[in-house]
Amino acid sequence: MTVNQISVFLENRTGQLADITAVLSENQIDLRAISMAETASYGVLRLIVDDPQKASAVLLEKGFIITMTPVEAVLVPDRPGGLSELLAAVSKADIGLEYMYSVIDRESSNAFMILKTGDNAKLAETLEKNGFRTV
Amino acid sequence: MERYYQPEIECASREQILSWQNERLVKQVRNVWDHVPYYRKKMEEKGVSPDDIKGVEDLHKLPFLTKDDLREAYPYGLLAKPLGDCVRIQSTSGTTGKRVVAFYTQHDLDLWEDCCARAIMAAGGTNEDVCHVCYGYGLFTGGPGLNGGSHRVGCLTLPMSSGNTERQLQFMVDLGSTILCCTPSYAAYLAESAIEHGVRDKLKLKAGIFGAEAWSEEMRQDIQNKLGIKAYDIYGLTEISGPGVSFECSEQTGMHINEDHFIAEIIDPNTGDVLPDGTKGELVFTSITKEAFPLLRYRTRDICVLTREKCSCGRTHVKMSKPMGRSDDMLIIKGVNVFPSQIETVLMEQGYPANYQIIVDRVNHSDTLEVQVEMTPERFSDNLGKITEMEKELVAALKAMLGIYAKVTLVAPKSITRSEGKAVRVIDKRKI
Repeated sequence: MTVNQISVFLENRTGQLADITAVLSENQIDLRAISMAETASYGVLRLIVDDPQKASAVLLEKGFIITMTPVEAVLVPDRPGGLSELLAAVSKADIGLEYMYSVIDRESSNAFMILKTGDNAKLAETLEKNGFRTV
Repeated sequence: MERYYQPEIECASREQILSWQNERLVKQVRNVWDHVPYYRKKMEEKGVSPDDIKGVEDLHKLPFLTKDDLREAYPYGLLAKPLGDCVRIQSTSGTTGKRVVAFYTQHDLDLWEDCCARAIMAAGGTNEDVCHVCYGYGLFTGGPGLNGGSHRVGCLTLPMSSGNTERQLQFMVDLGSTILCCTPSYAAYLAESAIEHGVRDKLKLKAGIFGAEAWSEEMRQDIQNKLGIKAYDIYGLTEISGPGVSFECSEQTGMHINEDHFIAEIIDPNTGDVLPDGTKGELVFTSITKEAFPLLRYRTRDICVLTREKCSCGRTHVKMSKPMGRSDDMLIIKGVNVFPSQIETVLMEQGYPANYQIIVDRVNHSDTLEVQVEMTPERFSDNLGKITEMEKELVAALKAMLGIYAKVTLVAPKSITRSEGKAVRVIDKRKI
């Protein structure tokens, strides 16, 4: 399933991350997954939350710069080689990955991968065809 | 023993110097009136004609020229000679996108190089010396000026230009450089590198001529001790000719202005009134011998003091202190003139918000420049590569405008302090 990921611009300054999580916490927003990409001088924080609309509204209100990006959340088979099978299928379909990160679902103890590609529709179709469950 | 390149001029009596100045000024004002419509118009607006200028005492009647005039008259508006008579252009930064270009006839190059030769001989240079010039060559006047002066003295000249420190050191050692010409910060860096590479004892340096940026007495002592040389200051600006407008002698208590070519005044930067010798104010130069680009009453924006006390070196020309600051917002970074407005121009062109901050510092004797600019929602992307690309483009555009590297830091929106009234754009952390 395609989910809306929120990307937030991070200045290289102590407390930037804490400021963001504080805003989310004050607004009772639940963080599902979090990932960070950074260079020496700035970063991009990527968030999957329970209520993306609300989260983006409160972050914008606090003056953060954000953007919404559609990404795929896929269940990874819980066995050795599970991720490898998933990536092999993506690769075979000639879909280029921009980035990915993992998240564990606390209720089911399942591992999910968040995938970002240039073509979400093709990715969804490929995953389905190969029997992967997206959530 | 004090050496002079042109003793009859450098040690001339005050009466003689004044008489040269009177005669040359009258001639130059007439020349500019006849050949530079831009300045003639300024004179007419002020109600002054060449007949009103009978000598140096009338200089104050003439209108000023500023960097804004150079921009307005760019490129040929202040030229007093046909282009066919000009043989060289040098250039320095303007306040915005347009650079300042200065023209030289062969006569102008000759007098400029004479001035540099005086500086080199004042630093003890002779035809036995190996003069190592690592000022930049090209449009920047540092390299070409000292290079020409070195030829005139008869030194064996090494036109090294800037950069490539290992090669600089190797040539210094292998070819026995005795006089070093560069910015003081590069001299300090070379000194440290020489010690690091273990070649300090193999150097034959005896003197250094260091200019194009501000440096303190402490820095002088540091360079002198580390390199075992005597370090001399030199001053100049492209608009007036280049390095060698004034230079230090063995006394090291100020720089003698070459008054046979340039008349110096100190004015109140706010009112434009001429201030007496010994008072701190803005330095103004009038070129009385230049042919192609003869600026009259050009405001340097450098704040300093003139003194006419007798100098132990025997020179009689007036001395100026090291510049103590600026009456405008120009920064000198790594010897390069930088105006905040230039940076602003680039940011605007690249579509960044006007809210920015410039941070200048000196790390290990070398200047650093950082431009902080706020990220905007339009420019933000989930793709880190795109942001990095954007940052690189800005760095390249700044380099093209300023000629030096500026580190770009993208910061969160509204994180740069908005002050009431005039924004604080520049934070200069250098302790000079």
